[in-house]
Amino acid sequence: MARHRGRGIASINYPIGMNLGGDPSQALVHSNPSGKFTVSLSSIDLGQGMKSVTRQICAETLGVPVEDVYVDTADSDTGPHCMGSFASRGTHRVGNAVMAAAKEARGVMMEAAAEELEVNAADLDTDGRGNIHVKGAPHRSISTKDVAIAAQFKQGKTISGRGIFLVPLSEVNPETGEMSPATCYAHACLVAEVEVDDETGEVAMVRMDSAYELGRALNPRLVEQQLVGGAWMGVSHALFETPEPYYPDPAHGPRDFVEYLMPGPGDICPHDIAVLERPAADGPFGAKGPGEMCANPVLPAVANAIFNAVGVRMDELPITPEKVLRAIKAQGGARPQARR
Amino acid sequence: MLELRKDIFADERDDNLKEIGKGTQRQDMLGHVTGTSTYFDDHKLQGMLHLKVLRSPHAHARLRRIDTTEAERAPGVRRVIRGADVPVNLNTLLSLINFGKDDEPSLAVDKVRYKGEPIVAVVADSPREAYEAIAKVRVDYEPLPAVFDVEEALKSGAPVVNETYPKNTFVYHDVYDHQKLRFGDVERGFAEADHVLEQRYQMSPIEHAPTETNGSIAAPDTNGRYVVYTSTQALFFSLDTCAKILDVPSNTFHFVGGTVGGGFGGKVDTLTEPLAILGAMLTGRPVRYQLGREEEMQFGSPRGAERIFVKDGVMRDGRIVARKICAYFDSGAYTRLSSYAVVKCAAHLPGPYTIPNVHGDIYCVFTNRTPATAMRGFGVTAMDFALECQMDKLAHLVGIDPMEFRILNAYRDGDMKAHRREAKNTALIECVQVAAEKAKWPLREEAKRASSRKDGGGSRAAMSPTPQDPAPQRAAASQQRTSYDRAPPVVTQPPPPTPTPPPPRPQAPSHGAARFSSVFGTRRR
Amino acid sequence: MTKTPLQFRHNGREVAVFVDGGVNLLVALRELIGDMTPKFGCGQGGCGACSVLIDGELHLSCLTLAEAANGRSVETLDGLKDGPNLHPLQRAFMEQFAAQCGYCTPGMLMAAKALLDRNPSPTRAEVVEAISGNICRCTGYEPIVNAVLAAASGGRARA
Repeated sequence: MARHRGRGIASINYPIGMNLGGDPSQALVHSNPSGKFTVSLSSIDLGQGMKSVTRQICAETLGVPVEDVYVDTADSDTGPHCMGSFASRGTHRVGNAVMAAAKEARGVMMEAAAEELEVNAADLDTDGRGNIHVKGAPHRSISTKDVAIAAQFKQGKTISGRGIFLVPLSEVNPETGEMSPATCYAHACLVAEVEVDDETGEVAMVRMDSAYELGRALNPRLVEQQLVGGAWMGVSHALFETPEPYYPDPAHGPRDFVEYLMPGPGDICPHDIAVLERPAADGPFGAKGPGEMCANPVLPAVANAIFNAVGVRMDELPITPEKVLRAIKAQGGARPQARR
Repeated sequence: MLELRKDIFADERDDNLKEIGKGTQRQDMLGHVTGTSTYFDDHKLQGMLHLKVLRSPHAHARLRRIDTTEAERAPGVRRVIRGADVPVNLNTLLSLINFGKDDEPSLAVDKVRYKGEPIVAVVADSPREAYEAIAKVRVDYEPLPAVFDVEEALKSGAPVVNETYPKNTFVYHDVYDHQKLRFGDVERGFAEADHVLEQRYQMSPIEHAPTETNGSIAAPDTNGRYVVYTSTQALFFSLDTCAKILDVPSNTFHFVGGTVGGGFGGKVDTLTEPLAILGAMLTGRPVRYQLGREEEMQFGSPRGAERIFVKDGVMRDGRIVARKICAYFDSGAYTRLSSYAVVKCAAHLPGPYTIPNVHGDIYCVFTNRTPATAMRGFGVTAMDFALECQMDKLAHLVGIDPMEFRILNAYRDGDMKAHRREAKNTALIECVQVAAEKAKWPLREEAKRASSRKDGGGSRAAMSPTPQDPAPQRAAASQQRTSYDRAPPVVTQPPPPTPTPPPPRPQAPSHGAARFSSVFGTRRR
Repeated sequence: MTKTPLQFRHNGREVAVFVDGGVNLLVALRELIGDMTPKFGCGQGGCGACSVLIDGELHLSCLTLAEAANGRSVETLDGLKDGPNLHPLQRAFMEQFAAQCGYCTPGMLMAAKALLDRNPSPTRAEVVEAISGNICRCTGYEPIVNAVLAAASGGRARA
């Protein structure tokens, strides 16, 4: 009749993008008459921050402040083709497409500025605050606004760009499974601490500590949103959710949120996260994508923590109080393992 | 809460960036907190109609007769839509990339294969009137035996769920009922191992349960086309699927979306758009089709359950020398995307570890339940659960700390992976070290000094000879074998490849989807 | 179908519509009044996405007959701003990054407002209880709880 604490770990990697490649995304970038940019996409923001991260990538590549860029999506009449938001492909594929489009637009912008300042484009740089100046001579400068006006109304140039990014489609060997599934992988290790009540079988989350390697954290606040939210979903998957409580018997499926259980705000625990960055050779500024892998390590870490707490192995999900209690009883009682 | 460990891998990064790396406010946050972010349903269209579907109460049944006469006369009903009204009433999502065979109707005609399969659609002035008309549709069902267990479905004599795949499995490379992964000789590995551990893991289906259910509104547009407001996660994927099902040029549609109330993989299947558009075409009015919550929960596609068998051979010093995996993906009644997940799963084996002998057989199995689809971590989440629980058991078996056990077996730059590609840009070891530090989990110095960038390659880059046939099992006298105690796993031997006549050159699909040559031989450009 | 007249204060403005029998307040607000801020999440009272305030009390508009709002004051997210200025809760949600897909946000903000209007200095446990009827699938709740606490401690939480 006690509550037992235990800790468990899991370490994983995750492939970035649609398996085997062959999933292109395109982007268009153009400037309005006064040097403000629009990124046209057909990519989808599900809440993961697609519109925000592509905005920052475009601004960085163009060399303008983020306030000078807006992302417009999704419209099939104006946004070029994107395969979609899934398989952790958004940051990597769409981000790269936006970078390519922004690079082309930047090239035109710098040529136009070079013409106005009567120098070579190679001698110019952006200051990230809306100005283009001669390297080493910051007083010789022109605003991006003035460049846009000159380009459009005097020089007859469009400050715009197109981009596409595609990982070539890989074959699969039927006999060996040899294939090129992805060009880069993200990594994670997570420690879960749980408290198991050996009288009710309930498992409470006590805390989580984790390290995620993501190539580059393009926006740490967005990364935090994904990792915190994803870990919550991992807890929900491990301990609560099923539309078929007697799988493979399909009977008694839930019909509403009273019957389909997920943890609420009273069930969450502190989660300390470290983010590592080992840039992917082909990621935008090295970025990979945390969108899916953020939930994965939680499931086995929780199962392993339950073993540490009471000595039972939970190999079937979800790990309900009923299953925990049955396992403890079959074992003849809780058997806490050595504290890790 | 979140810290950036800029010190690690610093020599591989240029951190001199302006906008990248900043915690800039989201472009959509103001819209979210003022309620002005526009989701598909936040459009008020004049004279909008509502579409609801009649769903099968049986998991498996023949449809002997469908009588809609009373429903057609019900108050408020504008149109009743049947399978015969759907121009191309057989599709599979990945036909757009030439993968798999068309196996799923938009509206069932002669057979239903899962409880909840749509049979008839009613378009009416209000949802209530649509539901009341649905209740007046008379269907004569002839219930058939159903199969719900993946291993039962693979036995000969099991009910055939989906005639397109008569053995209840997706066919890979025109020949095999599973995707193989073969690297080295696992049987030799098991024979040499000090311990062999074999375990079974079972996942449950789960729901995406986004706060916004699947839905779309289709309306005749001003220029003879149709505008579609949609919750899809993949705009052109859905648009092209609709163009194929409705047999019209793709520029007939103007799809608008991009702001979705949660997806997690559950809004790729294009569940509502084809019928909403067809409703708009047949009535000349805007038509809204949104799944109710019970519909979304019971009949919207879930993450499929996986049953996974893992057999490992490990040395007493902690090195895993052989890993053999057999996994069954429960795809439900139709393929949707599970066939693709199987290959992704095979590529993921044996996890982020360098193991010289790896053997995988991954199956996509059909059962009489709601068709499964992608969900966050598709093809990988379940396998990670099985592998990481297994790693914990192995560490316990050989008496090594679980963190150090991971570091010992971790892949490093230059190692050969089981799908025969060089490991690059690895970082598992560093993640383990940092997580241990954060959790105040003691590690020995040797484990702390390990690095993804050191000690890889060399003999770890070798590809050991891989036999074509399974080697005979031999066990050493001192070997400890631990088995999963319940019924032994069904190991379905793949049928020997029989020489088949070359397939006739397929007609170019009418929707023009011949994007790139097939990986799997079913369709060729 | 007989239509019933319905008149109420919607975010401080008198409005009047005719509703069919059985129509719920969520449908009336979205389709008849044109206020798209309360969302349909389940129609079963289980998710809280449709939450509105009726005479200052938190209600699930999907389970409330439209006619029950007759003569009452109904508040939705659309009325939370003070002219062009954000309510402290809206500012706090922004600062704490307390929304991802944003679909639960209207209901969350109404639940939070109902709390802070009657209890300007809630404990963390009181915040958790107040939003326990609102499902969020994206954030894991932590930033939302932090945002409500931040708005409370920022003072002037009452509109």
